[in-house]
Amino acid sequence: MLDNLLARAALPKAPTGISGFDDITFGGLPAGRPTLICGAAGSGKTLFGITFLVHGAVQFNEPGVFISFEERAEDLTANVASLGYNLDGLVAEGKIAIDYVRVERSEIEESGEYDLEGLFVRLGFAVDSIGAKRVVLDTIETLFSGLSDTALVRSELRRLFGWLKDRGLTAVITGERGEGQYTRLGLEEYISDCVVLLDNRVQDQITTRRLRVVKYRGSAHGTNEYPFLIDEDGVSVLPITAAGLIHGVSTDVVSSGVPAMDAMLGAGGFYSGSSVLLSGLAGTGKTTLSAILADAACNRGERCLFFVFEESADQICRNTRSMGLDLQKHIDSGKLRFEAARPSLYGLETHLARMHRDLVRFKPHVVVIDPISALRGPAVEVQSTLLRMVDLLKSRGITAVFTSLQNDGGLTDGADPALSSLMDTWIKLVDMEANGEMNRVLYVIKSRGMSHSNQFREYRMTNAGVEIIAPYIGPEGVLTGTARVTQVARKYAAQLRRRQDAEQRQNELHRRRGVMESQIAEMRGALEAQEQEASRLLAEDDAREVALETDRAAVAARRGDTE
Amino acid sequence: MSEPDADTDSDGGRYHLRLYVAGQTPKSLAAMANLRCVCEEHLAGRYDVEVIDLLLNPKLAAGDQILAIPTLIRRLPAPLKRIIGDLSNTDKVLVGLDVRPRGGGS
Repeated sequence: MLDNLLARAALPKAPTGISGFDDITFGGLPAGRPTLICGAAGSGKTLFGITFLVHGAVQFNEPGVFISFEERAEDLTANVASLGYNLDGLVAEGKIAIDYVRVERSEIEESGEYDLEGLFVRLGFAVDSIGAKRVVLDTIETLFSGLSDTALVRSELRRLFGWLKDRGLTAVITGERGEGQYTRLGLEEYISDCVVLLDNRVQDQITTRRLRVVKYRGSAHGTNEYPFLIDEDGVSVLPITAAGLIHGVSTDVVSSGVPAMDAMLGAGGFYSGSSVLLSGLAGTGKTTLSAILADAACNRGERCLFFVFEESADQICRNTRSMGLDLQKHIDSGKLRFEAARPSLYGLETHLARMHRDLVRFKPHVVVIDPISALRGPAVEVQSTLLRMVDLLKSRGITAVFTSLQNDGGLTDGADPALSSLMDTWIKLVDMEANGEMNRVLYVIKSRGMSHSNQFREYRMTNAGVEIIAPYIGPEGVLTGTARVTQVARKYAAQLRRRQDAEQRQNELHRRRGVMESQIAEMRGALEAQEQEASRLLAEDDAREVALETDRAAVAARRGDTE
Repeated sequence: MSEPDADTDSDGGRYHLRLYVAGQTPKSLAAMANLRCVCEEHLAGRYDVEVIDLLLNPKLAAGDQILAIPTLIRRLPAPLKRIIGDLSNTDKVLVGLDVRPRGGGS
């Protein structure tokens, strides 16, 4: 879709080099035309302008002129030095020209007709001296307060914008936000090609900067409000859109770092690029399991980004060291990075924005967010933030582990249903109280696309890591802790007894067989004796028969008759 | 149109004026004519005027913070004064140059 739009966009664009902004405008500001940047005081208009110029000069070989109506060049240079911009250097190289136009009504006496040709001369001179392609006018509305003839200023502004267009200069004009219109003095009337609105909203004492492209003549553009950041890395805009569910999916499996847990998941771990939720009460080992996972990822040679909201990186390293994990090693090798920030430091949007920026820069394979429940705010906003966060990670194929602190120990209650339905795998960590002790049990509530275990498993955190113990399910349910140990002992005793019984029965059988066999031998002996007797009698009979026959023949011979 | 004249006052009373124009526009020509009249009438003999055409010397515009054209700058006596326009309103010119106190009559 993006390619289509780009192909269709015949309008030449001047890239701002502001990460994200060029994405939502499909290339940048309209080249050779003026753009109006409006916003209230402190919304970042000037910095946007400076960034546009500096990036133009440094990255795109387009020199730029900054006409400042509010700040002197020295102040401007000092102000943006904190962003890492060396304006003095760029001025010395002839890549940027800064002209401060001072307009002070009390110092000006007006007598008769005048025009603003002086401004044109200065601008023209500055543009020509460095061959500028870009111009920033900050904030031109100052002219209205400095000069009494408003009608003249308006007509001169119209002429100025025409002049800028004629010269083919890509211009950024900043304007103060007004009531009911984009700028207090209606500058949008003159600059209609592109209007960008900057906003700085405070909600619950937390400020969030937002940016919106109000209009962009002749070009498609993202219409949403996008959060943007101004920090030591300059200005960045975060085009976080719910881009539909068209993530590429992977059937690769990544290990959780705990072999027994991998076995429970059926497929041997989590699918690469899936979202995993670890929920559980305080002290159930959410952070520890996440750290093990991170360690496993780093050992595989993957990069892992760990967002922590409640602990410092050092603290996590120290705590996990007691389990035999050396996270510091991965930090030193650059595979693991911690981003620690208090949840209340920024608004949700800003957190998301920072996260987005870090994802783009660090390109991690695995991201851990610990804990997600620390992000507080109106339910709708939290949900939309999480949705986009999950989206952000999924669209990049990043395996994400979220931890969530739950308030009650129920299986399905407590966890935000909206959150849990976003997750592909949900592992629940539960404290089970029985027999006066707390034992930790984990359970795979769901794991999409895997025939995962349906059992509760007891796990223990030892100094060699997390140990998941084979389940013992007795008539009274899952047995844990000492109950499990005694049950196992009891089971062993019963087994022993059963084995002894069996042996005894075996021996008895053996004995009987012996008895039987000797009886059989005896009877067989008797039978044989009888058989011998019988055959002896038979032989005697035969002999007697033969003798009788012989006798009869002899008698007949003696009688003399021959038959 | 410099007109250094032998004057009774020392240099302290002299008016050093500088008129910025941009080309020979009607407004510029009007300003020059009006300035000459005012000076001749009120500051005769104790002023000098330098006319700067910004089309010829654009880089001079920033130095005196020129925005509007024509602009008349009173460089001396201090403090610096600035009058914009074609100087057709003589009263305002005189007030602006501190020749006549603000709100006072002739």
